[in-house]
Amino acid sequence: MQTTSRTAKPSTAAPATKADDDKTLPLRINGRDYRFDGDDTMPLLWYLRDTLRLTGTKFGCGIGACGACTVLIDGKAQRACLTPMKAVAKREVTTIEGLAGAELHPLQQAWIEIDVAQCGYCQAGQIMAAADLLKRNPNPNDEEIGKISNLCRCGTYPRIRRAIKRAAEIAKSRASREGGKP
Amino acid sequence: MKRDNKPTNLSRRKFLVVGAAASGALIVGWRTARAQQTLPYLGARIEPQSLGLFVRIENNGDIWIGARGCEIGQGVKTSLPMLIAEELDVDWSRVRVEQLPYGYVDTDKGPSDKYGDQGAGGSTSIPTAWKDLRQAGATARWLLLVAASAKWNLPAGQLRTQAGHVLAPDGNKLAYGELVEAASKLDPPAEPQPLKNPADFKIVGKPTLTVDAREIVTGQTRYGIDAYRAEALVAVVARAPWIDGTLASLDDAEARKVAGVKDVVRIAGPKPGAPFDGALADGVAVLATNTWAALKGREKLKLEWKPGPFADESSESLRRQADDLLKPAHADKAVAVRRDGDVDKARKAAHKTIEARYALPFLAHATMEPPAALLHVEKDKALLIASLQDPDGASEVIAAITGLARSKIEIRLTRAGGGFGRRLKNDYIAEAALIAKQTDKPVKLLWAREDDLRHDFYRPFYLFHMAASLDRKNDIAAWSARCAATPRNHRDVRLKDRPVWASTLAPDDFPAGLIPNFELSLLPLDSGQPRGWWRAPVHNATAFAVQSFIDEIAVALKQDPLALRLKLLGAPRELPYTGHGGPTFDTARMAAVLKAAADKIGWGRKPEADRGLGIASHYTFGGYAAHAFEVSAIDGNVVVHRAVCAIDVGRVVNPLGLEAQMMGGTIDGLSTALNLGITLKDGKVQQSNFGDYSLLRMAQAPLDVEVVIVDSGKEPSGAGEMGLPSALPALTNAIYAATKVRVRELPIGDQLRKIL
Repeated sequence: MQTTSRTAKPSTAAPATKADDDKTLPLRINGRDYRFDGDDTMPLLWYLRDTLRLTGTKFGCGIGACGACTVLIDGKAQRACLTPMKAVAKREVTTIEGLAGAELHPLQQAWIEIDVAQCGYCQAGQIMAAADLLKRNPNPNDEEIGKISNLCRCGTYPRIRRAIKRAAEIAKSRASREGGKP
Repeated sequence: MKRDNKPTNLSRRKFLVVGAAASGALIVGWRTARAQQTLPYLGARIEPQSLGLFVRIENNGDIWIGARGCEIGQGVKTSLPMLIAEELDVDWSRVRVEQLPYGYVDTDKGPSDKYGDQGAGGSTSIPTAWKDLRQAGATARWLLLVAASAKWNLPAGQLRTQAGHVLAPDGNKLAYGELVEAASKLDPPAEPQPLKNPADFKIVGKPTLTVDAREIVTGQTRYGIDAYRAEALVAVVARAPWIDGTLASLDDAEARKVAGVKDVVRIAGPKPGAPFDGALADGVAVLATNTWAALKGREKLKLEWKPGPFADESSESLRRQADDLLKPAHADKAVAVRRDGDVDKARKAAHKTIEARYALPFLAHATMEPPAALLHVEKDKALLIASLQDPDGASEVIAAITGLARSKIEIRLTRAGGGFGRRLKNDYIAEAALIAKQTDKPVKLLWAREDDLRHDFYRPFYLFHMAASLDRKNDIAAWSARCAATPRNHRDVRLKDRPVWASTLAPDDFPAGLIPNFELSLLPLDSGQPRGWWRAPVHNATAFAVQSFIDEIAVALKQDPLALRLKLLGAPRELPYTGHGGPTFDTARMAAVLKAAADKIGWGRKPEADRGLGIASHYTFGGYAAHAFEVSAIDGNVVVHRAVCAIDVGRVVNPLGLEAQMMGGTIDGLSTALNLGITLKDGKVQQSNFGDYSLLRMAQAPLDVEVVIVDSGKEPSGAGEMGLPSALPALTNAIYAATKVRVRELPIGDQLRKIL
């Protein structure tokens, strides 16, 4: 089978130099190292969910249409349901569980303040898509925000817009706080 | 306000132990306070004390409140505990909320529910809880007051409560945590306790954040689909693509070769023509150690199906059938839903009669979280973890399939990734039970999106023929709505003793009772497709026909569409309303939301070139909603520049939640009107995924939905469904105002692009 107990647990060692006979894929997910020795055509989504039990990344359509499975791969928002395991070797994967640092990500904070979630199922994907957007564009306008193509069946879009703008403010005030004294 | 629901020293299991030992329904069974004193409370660092089924108070002042409802995004995990907290009189910032499991109990008098009604359907959670959960909070408060009265040797009548404390006239105060041990030894009050005057509300009516928002945004929330067990097998099912189709041949040799596939088992669908009370289709389940292997295994199945009796059904044939049934020759097939006066006579005497037809397609629910379940069936018990709307039904179906007593079936409720009525059907739970019975391992059933869209209980198909006869004063003298539809009661045991139109049409829907000669009738269509409740059942279709037609009458009469509606509503009064949400329909409340929506959008102004304003209103399940939109449709591309929703659901429990429901209902309505429809060809559903069942995306949705809350202060209705029905006709009415093109068939799709 594609998973062994060894691969399912984070390895404590730093990414080892790959031995010639080691056919496992080195992975880095939420800052932890893993090795994967299964079917490398399996979408990342199922490794995250079935093996690592990082269930914040959701299954919604399996064809990349809904975005509920959005994760960051090297900082870029990608659909985990369409990303085969072989495509994430040696790349940095961040899921919703790994988004917060010492404090919540500004988007997570804003999402709570604006009370975005209704059922909440798509929201992790929405936040990951927005995280990519804010990284590229710290002050997105309505049109730029509207390029987020993730589906929300509950119709929370107006609050998602508000929360992204609020997150931009939070990020700015944190940056000035950490930017040192005048 | 900190709303952190991280696990504390009290584990879920310990909480459940307390809950599970309690007995009896809420109102009569509040006397659990003493019973649980004898229960071990192992390992807790702080000795908590429970006051009944819903309230636990810790010595440190934290208040735990159990949330009984199925949270499907309608906000009950926040709003129901608010009702308890209000009457308990505590500081909301100290309240922590814990999801309660499904509370089934056997009693001398048969099955009973421990926590009251836990289902989510018909927007009933709030109206029900308004009666029983506030009393639960008031009873717990009474116990604390009596305990303080004994401690101070003062009459309880001289004491009052405030923010988690009992206060004495001399200024002494005791925290609830100091009283709870004594309080939990008291007998409960013999009489229901008086409830607060709404003027004294401190929690109800205040904008309140979702209690578990932090878990949601950090990916910690476990939905039904997120339930795992190390030893569980993932099951995906290949189903007969036709209703009542059956398996003709199966070759699973290749599927079994897929690494990780452990077994292939058959499950039986309904008996042909029999009620849909188990699995919806004959199927073959592939069981594997992980989802990918199960999906790959399913692809490798070699299957042949026998088509069954509905294999030549198509959307075209259904429409032909409907058009044909609406011909006068078939008038005898019409089932009267309501008849007032003499429509035929009034029509003959009329100055003019206006007629129009409106068509609405089958709709799938497409919950973002597809149907899924984790079910472990053992010899003498079962455990289900799943996203549900009807846990009673889930318990019944597992019992029926496994033969287990319902008291041996444990059901844990999770937050659900949407409901919209899909989970009022437990066919996916039945599937899980049919599979789980064939293995000793827990089964983790997963539906892919294709499974979900093709095997649903669809919102019925409707074709309305509307006619209005005007007298010489241009008043509507007669109104006739003849509706050819696939009745909702099809193969549904729960509706078998009801009239054929039940859950398809509502006899007292507007404008019934306002026009002297009135008829509403149903012409039942034959179709094999399963039908179910879909957000705002009945109303999601009737509002479109009625509110579009009113607009057409206004145009024909050169009257203002708002003025015509207000004129029809007439003097403020209550009319009898026999359907769900009654017993009355208040014309003044309807008029008030119409006026509020009109005021907000600036009704009567001349909008920018190429734009139009549209308005519509509807009464759904006790709630009054009106929508007003400002729209353009240049080259057929519909843009909603402004969206207003005015709502009166009586007293508002959580304004933030109400605004969310109206925003969501409005966008759901727009999404549905613009894009959504399930069509049939050769007996099969043609749509497969979000590519061809395309929910609205952010770029197409209005930037904002301006929600106007009209607080009538009346008994609260729910709010989950009212925000949808009038959004659809308000959109098409606005499109007419902008373009002079009347959309009479949904979805709008590319109709306008072909014309404009």
